[in-house]
Amino acid sequence: MNQADTAWMLISTALVLLMTPALAFFYGGLVRSKNALNTMMMSFISLGFVGILWAVAGYSLAFGSGNAAVGDFSHVFLKGVGLEAQGTIPHLLYMCYQATFAIITAALISGAIVERMRFSAYVLFISAWTLVVYSPIAHWVWGGGWLAKMGALDFAGGTVVHVNAGIAALVAARLVGQRRDYASASLVPHNVPFTLLGAGVLWFGWFGFNAGSANAANALAGLAFTTTLLAPAATLVVWTLLDAVRSKKPTAVGCATAIVVGLVAITPAAGFVGPMSAIALGGLAAFPSYFALIWRARTSLDDSLDVVAAHGLGGTVGALLTGVFAQKALNTVSDGLLFGNPRQLLVQAVAVGAALAYSGVMTFVLLKLVSAVVPLRADEADESVGMDLTQHGEEAYVHGADLASSRAVEPAGAHAAFAELTRALDTQ
Amino acid sequence: MQLIKSIVRPDKVDAVKDALAQVGVSGLTVIEVRGHGQQKGHTAVYRGREYEVTLLPKILVECVVQDHLVQPAVKAVIEAARTGQIGDGRVYVTPVAESYKIRTGERE
Repeated sequence: MNQADTAWMLISTALVLLMTPALAFFYGGLVRSKNALNTMMMSFISLGFVGILWAVAGYSLAFGSGNAAVGDFSHVFLKGVGLEAQGTIPHLLYMCYQATFAIITAALISGAIVERMRFSAYVLFISAWTLVVYSPIAHWVWGGGWLAKMGALDFAGGTVVHVNAGIAALVAARLVGQRRDYASASLVPHNVPFTLLGAGVLWFGWFGFNAGSANAANALAGLAFTTTLLAPAATLVVWTLLDAVRSKKPTAVGCATAIVVGLVAITPAAGFVGPMSAIALGGLAAFPSYFALIWRARTSLDDSLDVVAAHGLGGTVGALLTGVFAQKALNTVSDGLLFGNPRQLLVQAVAVGAALAYSGVMTFVLLKLVSAVVPLRADEADESVGMDLTQHGEEAYVHGADLASSRAVEPAGAHAAFAELTRALDTQ
Repeated sequence: MQLIKSIVRPDKVDAVKDALAQVGVSGLTVIEVRGHGQQKGHTAVYRGREYEVTLLPKILVECVVQDHLVQPAVKAVIEAARTGQIGDGRVYVTPVAESYKIRTGERE
């Protein structure tokens, strides 16, 4: 056990947990005001359901020794996960750190189905998805599964988190279907400052995500920290220039998007590539996502907040470029294409392909199963009134409260019971 | 007594208010509105998707004045709100049958 490592991992875990509320703000700002709370709740609810499921079974299925494909039930209900060392930190802390990854991965998918998916169906889906899809893929890469044995490089979860969530988002957007007013309405972000706030806090938390993935307070964490600073910076510069050339104006939504794309792309590479490679990787990653976003908006695919372009594509590009820029001199694991090892690129492609295939198919199956229990879509009238009021009974913004003529309603039963109690006390 | 309704650019409200005060109009009410005349609106771009915003924000300034103040007030509004570009707005004048002050109940 190492105290410095433990201290850094305590902090990293809290940093990564903060990314899920940050995602809520990033997504929440991009939707219409009538759906702001519902969209933010889709991220927040993951903190509860996925967090608990992770302790109950998810951690065991991902990190139990098991076989090449999946963990086992040796750690269900955290059996055998205690104060003993896992590497150089307490095993419980390692479990918590991994929990924060599972939580945000599930929440990422919500961006594809906001403004129309029934909340109960969503919660059911991400709960099942965490156990059936996320845990096995985490096992493949980090739990000693087949991708780890094959030598796939995924420092902080480019494949496990982003490619995985990206393809799940694509399938979910197709199965849940377009928003009813997708083609006709003006689907304009209601609060771009929220989106910028979310992007900023995501970047902050991502230092825990990437530098924390060294699992120690060491030089490798310093390298991952550096690449996490430089790659999104490069993406932001290239994206802004593309915006300026294409639409004559550098947009704020573009800026927030670029930061996320850069962070996603550097995630698998964070502890394997040098600082100049990180800049090249971040800059290159801007192009596919930038043009995919523009193209997607002209198709019938209502991946509402572009999870596929930002996370699926950004994650894929990052995973492949890890196989290009990796350097044994920095991290003893493997060299990439540029450093004389073309095979690494192939291994990376296999890892991405496997995640795409498994997650894509299983997401389809799970959504079909969920739809047999509860409809995936909110009722048509509810969707048009807005998801905040119809799914949660709340509104994000109450403008002109004096005009709304709202009054508090006495809960009849409780009131009567209270009156009776007071009477009884009086007569004593 | 006449009701003067002036639809003006949002950034001209202060100038209109001051100009009306100059000619002796003591009270007014403003309302945020959207609309269009000859103006075509503008284009917004979010993540590569373009949107035409065709109803633009304006401010509706309402004031009730004695008949002899109508011409000076209208002239004041027009001078204060004019830029010479399309989208400067409109002024309507319409008769008011009766008017009461709530605090005192007196008929004005």
